[in-house]
Amino acid sequence: MVWQVLEGLSRESAKRLRFVPGIVCIDEGAACGLSPEARAKALAEMKLILQTVGFPWHVVALEEVFDLPPSVLRCFAQEPVGTEGAYKAAVDSFLQQQHVLGAEGAGDSPSLAQGEEQLSWPCTQDPQNPQSPDRPPTAAQTEALSRLFDSVKTLTAKEELLQALRTHLILHVARTHGYSKVMTGDSCTRLAIKLMTSLALGRGAFLAWDTGFSDERHGDVVVVRPMREHTLKEVAFYNHLFAVPSVFTPALDTKAPEKASIHRLMEAFMLRLQDQFPSTVSTVYRTSEKLVKAPRDGCAAGPPGPRCLLCMCALDIDTADSATAFGAQTPLHLSQTQPPTPPPTAPCCSAGMGRVQGCCGGARPCEREDPRARVIEQLCYGCRVNMKDLPSLDPLPPYILAEARLRSQRACIEQQIQEYLVEDSDDEAQTGES
Amino acid sequence: MAAPLSVEVEFGGGAELLFDGVKKHQVTLPGQEEPWDIRNLLVWIKKNLLKERPELFIQGDSVRPGILVLINDADWELLGELDYQLQDQDSILFISTLHGG
Repeated sequence: MVWQVLEGLSRESAKRLRFVPGIVCIDEGAACGLSPEARAKALAEMKLILQTVGFPWHVVALEEVFDLPPSVLRCFAQEPVGTEGAYKAAVDSFLQQQHVLGAEGAGDSPSLAQGEEQLSWPCTQDPQNPQSPDRPPTAAQTEALSRLFDSVKTLTAKEELLQALRTHLILHVARTHGYSKVMTGDSCTRLAIKLMTSLALGRGAFLAWDTGFSDERHGDVVVVRPMREHTLKEVAFYNHLFAVPSVFTPALDTKAPEKASIHRLMEAFMLRLQDQFPSTVSTVYRTSEKLVKAPRDGCAAGPPGPRCLLCMCALDIDTADSATAFGAQTPLHLSQTQPPTPPPTAPCCSAGMGRVQGCCGGARPCEREDPRARVIEQLCYGCRVNMKDLPSLDPLPPYILAEARLRSQRACIEQQIQEYLVEDSDDEAQTGES
Repeated sequence: MAAPLSVEVEFGGGAELLFDGVKKHQVTLPGQEEPWDIRNLLVWIKKNLLKERPELFIQGDSVRPGILVLINDADWELLGELDYQLQDQDSILFISTLHGG
């Protein structure tokens, strides 16, 4: 479905919009349990279509998630306007490109197409080969991915995990190739379903980011949803009437029974309601438009608060609040974990924090009794609920675990040097961290 | 009393997964007492074409919500939905807009 929508969009944008888009296609066959032949076939069909579109495209396998750096989980501040030189260079190359396009005539121009995003924050980069090299994922990675998805107990958690990994991968590709915006093809219907599903999954605090038009939680890369006003019916009709080529690949929940996951259930519920009350989807959509992204009280001026490890939204946890269901959940969780055998000396001072010696000299506040608890406490409520269905954190891609470790080490260091920090300056905190 | 009809039934958006991956089916509906309408066609499809998981395509009398039906490239809601009477050489297209097939 998403590819159909993207196709429709790219056709229009060739005529009207003034930025140079690229297309990213993620091959999720391993997560869905497809055979290699089926994946290769779908990929070949996809490439055929992508080539006719003419924009630079990148096909990325979901297995590459295992190669991601931990920096993908960090939120970078939006790049400053940039020096005059950078902007001029961007404009120059854009004009050059237009000139060449004009000379060559209309039509496909893959040769000079660069991955530059001209909309608001132009970022220059060297012209690259628009087609990324074809590197099929290694069998070990595929195996690791299937192991990860097999270890998740429920379909709901699998879908959420897939979504998180997919987002990280897209983010990484966008950052590597210098794109400042990512457009997804979520339609009105799809977003209405997502809204209700998020509510059911405990992500009510982040609805505005998950379903709004623009999503700036990653800082430098903004996710926009330009198709959010079109219902799926409109999109389907459009695609059919305009003969938009599409490729269909089975997803995680293809042919799953209706109650297999919260997503499926909600989808069936919404569509059935829509059948009888045709204004359901549009009502839900209008409601989602009213959601405003308000910062948490008190942090408008101060430094940004901690962010969830997986979904990168500002954490909505108030650990001191014992009245909520969440507050009751935490002590229960901690009491269930048994401390493993004492870890070897100075594990938390290794890995990148070498210069701070002896931070764990006396007491051991940095030693988490359970690495799982360490990761869990860095997640927002919705992600924690999902993690409950993942019995062991080992199959997770290394970048997640590395980032979790780094963050908890940083927090513990900060705690330790807290008494030495001078009140007003944040600089010491920075040097203490990284 | 209806003569045998020849119609083209097509599936898109993933619905073809339930029909062995075949998107277009040229079918000849046998003659029968009552005229052929979409309701009867669905029953016929369920009996003859649907290879697996009928509940993913048909719900009760009609198609599952989320599956669009186009008759000769027009929305079936404009033509009477289940009561539309089939003509010879009609083209019926079922597009699934659901996430899971």
